[in-house]
Amino acid sequence: MNLIAEALAWLADPTHWSGAAGIPVRVGQHMSMTVAAVLLAAVVAVPAGVAVGHTRRGAGAVASATGAARAIPSLGLLTLFGLWLGIGLEASLLTLVVLAVPSLLAGVYSGFMAVDPAIPQAARAVGFSAAQVVWRVETPLALPVMLGGLRAATLQVVATATLAAYTADFGLGRYLFAGLKTRDYAQMLGGSLVVIALALLLEVALATCQRLSYRIADPAGARRTSPSPT
Amino acid sequence: MTWFTNNWEQVIELTLGHLLLTVPSVAISLLVALPLGRLAHRRPRVGGALLATATLLYAVPALPLLIVIPVVFGTPLRSPETMIVALSIYAVALLVRSVTDGFGSVDRQVRDAAVAIGHSPLSVLWRVDLPLATPVILAGLRVATVSTVGLVTIGALIGVPSLGTLLTDGFQRGIVAEVATGVAMTVALALVLDALLILAGRALTPWTRSSSPARGPVALEVRR
Repeated sequence: MNLIAEALAWLADPTHWSGAAGIPVRVGQHMSMTVAAVLLAAVVAVPAGVAVGHTRRGAGAVASATGAARAIPSLGLLTLFGLWLGIGLEASLLTLVVLAVPSLLAGVYSGFMAVDPAIPQAARAVGFSAAQVVWRVETPLALPVMLGGLRAATLQVVATATLAAYTADFGLGRYLFAGLKTRDYAQMLGGSLVVIALALLLEVALATCQRLSYRIADPAGARRTSPSPT
Repeated sequence: MTWFTNNWEQVIELTLGHLLLTVPSVAISLLVALPLGRLAHRRPRVGGALLATATLLYAVPALPLLIVIPVVFGTPLRSPETMIVALSIYAVALLVRSVTDGFGSVDRQVRDAAVAIGHSPLSVLWRVDLPLATPVILAGLRVATVSTVGLVTIGALIGVPSLGTLLTDGFQRGIVAEVATGVAMTVALALVLDALLILAGRALTPWTRSSSPARGPVALEVRR
């Protein structure tokens, strides 16, 4: 328990809360890297997921590809890209983007495919264009599952962004690696607690968004059970 | 390729080390998750809290968890014990939901019929509930196994040897072939263990062979 007291003392030390290597700056770096990676991944994953989900074609191929991609260890990607692109942010960012794509993609296409096919057909029958069907019918209905994918992707990216400090001087992982190297357990543990708190905060926030999105997908609250993103 | 031919003995040794971290973790997590999932299924109110806790636990990043575990459990930082505790926590967090869903997937009428023909509660559990829940539990076990194999590599960062050692060592020494071998072997190990679980599942549930294909890791992972 002594170690916890030391870590708390490390966290309470005002010198760790200011300057270029202070906790607020590191949290800002960590979050900006996470947001950037998820947005870049969404640029790839959302159009692809909408295409697969809307046409209801190619889901099997995409599912097996994303499944295989998940077996790749994130540390492996990070070190490979690190050797390829050199020390710095590019390798970390690329790793995080690659990691976020499968979860986002799975969320989008499985969300679209979970929509009862009769509903988009009915929308077409009353004169909606394809774009209107996607945007005004399928997207709202798929929203909870899509947000589930976003939640999974974000959590994975936030966790792996910690590892990114292995190849770049960036983010909260720095405290962990610096502490490991110098056997500064207080710094290591203090940094870990900050990362864990950040991840849990994001998880709770995104879970709340997901719960709220059911109101958009199902304003009447007719469906009691939530569809899981399978 | 020359790197591999010169170092294959080390690769084999690290693969074994990787297995020795993966298999106990998955086994422990199954033993813990079965009663917890059963409880969550029988008592939905307790189950809700249990599943919410599991979801939160799964959200904790791996490397920070590895550093927190020694403080909470008293294991040495750079030890296989710390790794196994961490890996088991993640795998339990994944499996509890699968086990709960698995018991939930058993048709109530089948259970009632088993009671009607004289099965005791224990016998219903062992000979009706558990076998019928196996396909769903197994799908979860596959996800847990594949994700555990990947997570083991993180241990290299705190100095626990596994195939992850090839990643950190190769990175520090700038040997692409070493890192690539580490990635390829980790993926291969995940696929082999996954295939073994599929085979085990076929042996355990002969009645499902002709019907729908088992749901793969892909389908379940999204939920986390």
